[in-house]
Parts: sequence; C-alpha cells; structure tokens
Amino acid sequence: MANTVTPAPQPAPAAAQRRTSLSGLVEQLGGVSTLGPVVALAIAVIVFTLLSARFMTPGNLSAIVEQVMVVGTLAVGQTLIILTAGIDLSNGAIMVFSSILMAKLATLQGVPVPLAILIGLIAAAAVGAVNGGLVTRLKLPPFIVTLGMLNIVLSITLLYSHGASVVKLPAGLLFFGRFFELGSTRITYGSILMLLIFAVAWYALTQTAWGKHVYATGNNAEAARRSGIRVNSLLLLVYTIAGLIYGIAGLLLLGRVTVGDPLAGATSNLDSITAVVIGGTSLFGGRGSVINTLIGALIVGVLRNGLTLVGIDALYQTLATGILVILAVALDQLARSRAR
Amino acid sequence: MSEAKDSGAVSETTEKVTPAMEARGLVKRYGAVTAMDGADFELLPGEILAVIGDNGAGKSTLIKTLAGVVVPDEGEMRIDGEVVSFHTPMDARRLGIETVYQDLAVAEALDIASNLYLGRELRRPGPLGSVLRLLDKPKMRGEATKYMAELKIGIRSMTQAVETLSGGQRQGVAVARSSAWARKLVIMDEPTAALGVRESGMVLELISRIRERGMPVILISHNMPHVFEIADRIHIHRLGRRVAVVTPKSHTMPEVVAIMTGAMAA
Repeated sequence: MANTVTPAPQPAPAAAQRRTSLSGLVEQLGGVSTLGPVVALAIAVIVFTLLSARFMTPGNLSAIVEQVMVVGTLAVGQTLIILTAGIDLSNGAIMVFSSILMAKLATLQGVPVPLAILIGLIAAAAVGAVNGGLVTRLKLPPFIVTLGMLNIVLSITLLYSHGASVVKLPAGLLFFGRFFELGSTRITYGSILMLLIFAVAWYALTQTAWGKHVYATGNNAEAARRSGIRVNSLLLLVYTIAGLIYGIAGLLLLGRVTVGDPLAGATSNLDSITAVVIGGTSLFGGRGSVINTLIGALIVGVLRNGLTLVGIDALYQTLATGILVILAVALDQLARSRAR
Repeated sequence: MSEAKDSGAVSETTEKVTPAMEARGLVKRYGAVTAMDGADFELLPGEILAVIGDNGAGKSTLIKTLAGVVVPDEGEMRIDGEVVSFHTPMDARRLGIETVYQDLAVAEALDIASNLYLGRELRRPGPLGSVLRLLDKPKMRGEATKYMAELKIGIRSMTQAVETLSGGQRQGVAVARSSAWARKLVIMDEPTAALGVRESGMVLELISRIRERGMPVILISHNMPHVFEIADRIHIHRLGRRVAVVTPKSHTMPEVVAIMTGAMAA
C-alpha cells in the first residue's frame, strides 16, 4: 500500500500495525520468523512434560543442552555457510579431524595441551579456508567442494590415526565435558561455550556490517558486489570461521566422549543441516538466523530425549526427526506463499 | 588560454558551462570489433540526459565506460572539467558516480534501510562502533526514513523487507540509494524496463525529483515516450559514436528514431 507517489487514502494502517505488533512479539530475524520453531519447541516441551514426569526437571533440561552442544556448535558454522547460499558436508569430518589431531598431539606426541588445542583449531580453520578458496577461486559449487573435502579429511583422519581411538586423554582436553553445579543442576562448560558461540555469531550477524554483508551475499551476490562488498573475501572468511567453529566442536566432542574416536560424527554433517533447516533458515541463502538454528537444535534434542524418556526405541527417534525436517520446510513454504 | 580571449567572448563563456561530465574521442576495441569509435559525451549540470541508440550502437559500452566497468583504449574523460580515469566501478563511485541497473540490484530479503546503506553502513560512535563494530541502526533508519520521504516514495517502514514491496517501489529503493550516495551524477540503465506502466510513471517522477535536487542524471532507455517525457536533452548514439544531441522540443519522436537508425542524417 501507499505505493504511489501521489498521496492516496490509506485504509489499512491499523491492520498493518496490528500485524507488526503481533509479529513483534517474536522477532523477525534475518527475514525468517522465529515464531514457527518456537511454537514447535513449546509444543514438544509441553507434550513431553505431560507424558513424562522426569522431562521437566533441571537436570534433564541441562542434559538436553549437553546432548546438543556438539551438533549445535557445528550448526553455527553450518548456518553461516548456508546463509551465504552454500552448504557444508565436510563439517563433521573437519570436527573429527581436529579432535584426533588435538588428542594425538597431546597424548602421543607430548605436545602441551594448550598448544595441541591451538594447532587443532588452526588446522580446522585451514581446512575451512581451503573449502572457501575452492568455492571462490575455482567457482566450484559448495556442495561438490565439501563433498570432496568430506572424503579427503575423513581419509586423512583415518590414515593419521591408523583407524584407532586415542585414549587416556589429558584432563585439559576434557575440560568442556566437565561441569559445575548450579543449585542441584549440572551445567557442563561445553554447554556454556556453545551458547557463547551462538551469542557471538548472533551479534556478528545481526549487529555488524559484516553480518549484513553475509545476508546480502547469500540473498543476491550480484547486488552485494555492486554495493562494493568484496564477495569473494567475505566468502573465504566465512568458510574459514566456520572451520574454526568446527575445530571448537572437535574440542567439545573430546569433552563429551572422552576419547579421540576417528569414526565419530559420521552423520554430524547431516545433523547440523537438520538443525539449521528445522530452525527455518533457508537453504537458498540470505534468510535465517543462528537463534533459529539454536531452537532447531533444541527441537531435535528435546525430541530425542523425550522419546527416550517415554520409552520409544531410538530407531523411531530418527524417523521422527526425518518427518520433522520435511514438515518444517513444508510449513515454511506454506507460510511464504500465503505472505505473497 | 589568454584572458583577453576569454573576456572577448563574453557571450560564449556564459553559455559554455563546465559539463558535469564529458568525454572526448573514446575508443574501445574488442579484437576486430570496434565498440566505440571516437565517441564524445557531454552531461550538463542539473540535467537529465537521455542516451539512446539502436542495439549494437555501442551505447552500453559508452555507459559502462562512464561507470568504470569498461576501460577505454583511447580518449579522455572529465568530471567538472578535471581529467579522470577509472579502472574499476569502485573508482567511478569514489568520484561520485552511482549507477542504477535495470535488473533491480537490491538484496530482496534485507530491509530498506539495510539496502540503502549496504556497503556503507554507519557504526555507533565511540568504542561501541570502533571496537565492537556495532551498527547504528536507529540512525540509519532515521536517515533512510527522512530521505525516502524527501523523494516522496510512499514507504513508511524502513524495516520492511524489500521483497514485500512492489516492483516500482523496489526500483524506487535502488534509485533512492544511488541518488543518496552520488555526489556528481547518477547513471540509470533502463530503470523502467522491468516495470509496468504505472510503476514506470512513479520511477520517472522520482528521476525528475532527483534532477530538482540538482543532481544530473544519465538515463539510458529504449522507451521513447519516457525519454521525451523527462529528458532535457537526448544523446543519440550510432555506430560507436555520438551522432547528434537533440532536445524533445527541437525534434519529434519519429525524427529521433530516424536519426538513431540512420534513416535520417543528424
């Protein structure tokens, strides 16, 4: 309305305002609403609270956060890349590579723990940078680049570890699996770190020019370029930062499973995409938010935890997740076609 | 140049305003093809200059040269009388030239304020801006609202996504954005090509409003009625060079088309 240059009578501002105040209850983040995922999470929480007395306890809730901390962290990097209209199939492999590198350096090569962690993080960021370089310099599709990288990194990890787990890790590497008590609730340091990473990513994406450029690049790369944004440098940086985040996820993984397992995280890449998609971030890029991803990861976590509590076989949990992914995207499309 | 000569030709000096932008003898060859063959160009301050030409006349090479997208092999360009040369579109932008493209170069999912400030975001003063890189969203929204109101683009909320706007409003955002940042001139490459009749009218009014603000506009268009509606002068391009500059008053539409196609001598 009011799309003419001549002032026209405006009959609908009241309705428009009512709509904005309604959607203002749940913020519009990066062009997607948080309303759908929040409602889905709330429904899941209510249902499981009714079905199981053990669900709504502080201990169980913090256990859910702990369960999603690794995939949740991976999903932050995944969100960054998906927002640029890319996708990363190699993130789970990079995470495991980084975790094995840290574990092996600290355990078998006698490298001090902080240095081992640093090397692991740098290596993960470097792999991310290679992904970014291939996407921006060779103009290869992110799907292909990261599919190739998935296999390359997986193979390097297996060769480096000889396919064996690294055990007896020094305490420093297990720090993020440790917890402190808040009242009677255990809170792991890893959960805190994951939430911190979400917070930093949220800030960078929504409160800085860099974030605007990420959205613009994913939404319309040509418009971004014409606005003077150096799209290729931006993409390279996004893939590198994502790599770094996968390295941190590797550290969290060590804390969680307490051994360096080269065969861990085989489906982490898809799990992270699942969290992003259930959160409502568009796979076509430019629309979405890390807050949505956090809610998406929690929905998956609540579902798995709740179904376990009510005694449903783990095999059905995966089935439920699959249905949810399709449902989430279908609802999103429906909402969008109605909005038009 | 001697002073005596200048003062001797008083009437000539008063007529001879320094062009906002001019080019002399531009040549661009692509292998055996000569896209620009000694093209001249002149944009006067505060005018809307339409640039027209048949397909293949080299009109888009000319415009790309003025926008810094194409680097000419020969020739000279001046802005306000000073010789300039561009190697990239960013060079042209730095010198105050902004371009609006026909295919609505906006990020649809971002809101209006974000689009107006894309690539030129404002940060909060003090350490919030310099250390934490915090955007000054209230200021950007405020300025955007003010500017859009000045241009009479009937959009109230700067926080609505561009994709919720009509095609004409979207192009309005693109035009507003360019004119807001341009210091010397705005180039509009077929700004109404993707729009319907009413929406085109809206964008044309917007272009006149930009002229009223004193900003010269180069308008590339295939649409003769649009050209005749708002152009002050019409630059006719043919076979890689300028063949005539006419005005909507001096020539009729069929005459201009005849010159453009070579059916009539300039």
